[in-house]
Amino acid sequence: MSNWKTFTKGLIKENPILVLLLGCCPTLATTTSAINGMSMGLATTFVLIMSNLVISLLKNFIPDKVRIPCFIVVIASFVTVVQLVMQAYVPDIYETLGLFIPLIVVNCIVLGRAEAFASKNPVWPSILDGAGMGLGFTFALTVLGSIREILGSGSIFNLRFLPEDAQTILIFVLAPGAFIALGYLIAIVNRLKKTK
Amino acid sequence: MNQLTISGSPHVHGDLSVRKIMCMVIVALLPALLVAIYYFGWYALRLTIVAVAACVLTEYLIQKYLLKGPLTINDGSAALTGLLLAFNVPANLPIWMVIVGSVVSIGIAKMSFGGLGKNPFNPALVGRVFMLVSFPTAMTTWPKAQPILEAGFFADAVTGPTPLSLLKEGDPGTLAASGDMQFLDMVLGNRGGAFGEICAIALLIGAIYLIIKKVIDIWTPLSILLTVFIMTGICFLVDPTQYIAPWYHLVYGGLILGAFFMATDMVTSPMTTEGRIIYGIGIGAITVIIRLWGQYPEGVSFAILIMNAVVPLINKGFKPKRFGV
Amino acid sequence: MAKKESTLKNMLIALMVITIVSGGVLGFIYNLTKPAIDQVEANKNLKAINEVLKTDVEIVKTETEVIDDLTYNLAFDAEGNFIGAAVKTYSMNGFGGKVELMVGMLQNGIINKVSVLSQAETPGLGANMVNDKFKGQFDGKDPKNFTLKVKKDGGDVDAITAATISSRAVSEAIQRAVDGFEANKEQFMKGGDNE
Repeated sequence: MSNWKTFTKGLIKENPILVLLLGCCPTLATTTSAINGMSMGLATTFVLIMSNLVISLLKNFIPDKVRIPCFIVVIASFVTVVQLVMQAYVPDIYETLGLFIPLIVVNCIVLGRAEAFASKNPVWPSILDGAGMGLGFTFALTVLGSIREILGSGSIFNLRFLPEDAQTILIFVLAPGAFIALGYLIAIVNRLKKTK
Repeated sequence: MNQLTISGSPHVHGDLSVRKIMCMVIVALLPALLVAIYYFGWYALRLTIVAVAACVLTEYLIQKYLLKGPLTINDGSAALTGLLLAFNVPANLPIWMVIVGSVVSIGIAKMSFGGLGKNPFNPALVGRVFMLVSFPTAMTTWPKAQPILEAGFFADAVTGPTPLSLLKEGDPGTLAASGDMQFLDMVLGNRGGAFGEICAIALLIGAIYLIIKKVIDIWTPLSILLTVFIMTGICFLVDPTQYIAPWYHLVYGGLILGAFFMATDMVTSPMTTEGRIIYGIGIGAITVIIRLWGQYPEGVSFAILIMNAVVPLINKGFKPKRFGV
Repeated sequence: MAKKESTLKNMLIALMVITIVSGGVLGFIYNLTKPAIDQVEANKNLKAINEVLKTDVEIVKTETEVIDDLTYNLAFDAEGNFIGAAVKTYSMNGFGGKVELMVGMLQNGIINKVSVLSQAETPGLGANMVNDKFKGQFDGKDPKNFTLKVKKDGGDVDAITAATISSRAVSEAIQRAVDGFEANKEQFMKGGDNE
């Protein structure tokens, strides 16, 4: 597989959320607005790239029987780095995402890429794979966040386009709205893939 | 053909078609609609027309342009969903919200699952709960009943609390004594609330018609009403200052509408009598729990939806008996 | 480098090296970000205090006192005079449970401003308490002639539409802050002089 393909497959064809359905918990929980979705996506992307890089470097050093604990230690370290940095420099976003930052550790997509790709491939493709998957994840979260923010809050990237006290469809910023919006998003992607 | 057969042979041909059943249910709801128009005038009529039209149109558009399949809007099921949806909202609800509710009812709750007969949840209730969560202010601001003979057909809506919201916020002991909650007013429909649920008598007339015609089965509504009566009765006996008498609970809110017209929906209720009794007890119990201790003042719609989700399990436990085995 | 076999020695080495290195990296990052995080935490508290006690007088010094179950953040100006207190108060009677508020009480007993710290009310109904339309009505009110009860209960507070319970909870929490502040005011005013 060419490097370019390694990078782009995560964007649409093997999109972690819309096609692989990995990491749905943060997806449903943090996409109450476009900015929240995007920040969560970017934080995960950073962890993905770094853990893919390190695990690919260490792949021969780590014996097979203890690979899962080793991967998790590496991932957890990077997640903690992200958490500390966000807490220090973007406290507002840190507060809204809250618990879901530490939960990146157990996001299936991170461990999934480490196990399925980085532990079997050289460094450079692993970085591209992490970046592609991460951006695909970010893309899906941003789209979902935008849909929910437009319908549920009447704004997009915090820019309000409806009058202050206009009634919006509140269910979309609540949990059931996340399921409904994600369901239809996946349906649309499946439909588009079929017609291609 | 195999997958269509639920019971073993022999089979008797029934002359009820989907279209016939739907028409009978709509006819049964007409008395309640007339009472609603009497108390809420133009608002009730307008809302009903919009909801029915929006439901039928949504189903038509989805079938014609998205599914490109056969059109089934003539079977009347979409119109019935619209009518029930309208019955479940305050009469002064803005028109666009009813349209959103109708699109959700038909688009999400019915057509996404494959259309009539395949929806696990009652479409009208999904639409109603969607609106309740989305537009909490508008959906809980109820107009007062104003007879059109006194206030006029186009009278502006005056908002006021429903009996159940009064109960939630206030002290039942003093409320029962005040003029806000007269049992007779409750039964006749002279109270605040969703406009289809207000008049118990009109709804019961329709329900009896359907039971005689064997369109709906008596067991589901009966077990719901009995469960509610017994549970609230126990609470009332334990502490009459905290809880209101059980007969009020029967006529408040949407219990009668829900028990006779929503819970009995053929698609989303169990197949056997035993199953229906369990289903009814579940609905009654959840309703009482939500009404007495929950966040919302009314719980019938949530109760029915929750029990809808259990129906496949109930059906598995209580299979219809095979004839002659 | 060939793949390491899964012998006990190799496994121990791999795990040890990885945990030690990540431990070191984390310690380094922690020290690097600690000052910034402390700053953020301190600012957050100060920001809430400044917000509810914002007047023409500049707050120079604050100190915190906990009496019973309320936290009083006392504010003093440049000369050490007592300006007022940002009282962290609460009500357990919200629609979704606990509601926490910060109420700015001026030294003369007037409510300066109210801010909502945490609430779990229904979005679109009770959650509207964070909007100025509701909480702004308390600004500059004197609790002596502004009864902290919703109008339905015979008070002066305009309830949020269809969210009487949440409005009651806010009124109750503010009343609690007012009572606590009045009871301890003398002590607070002395507190500034002592230092």
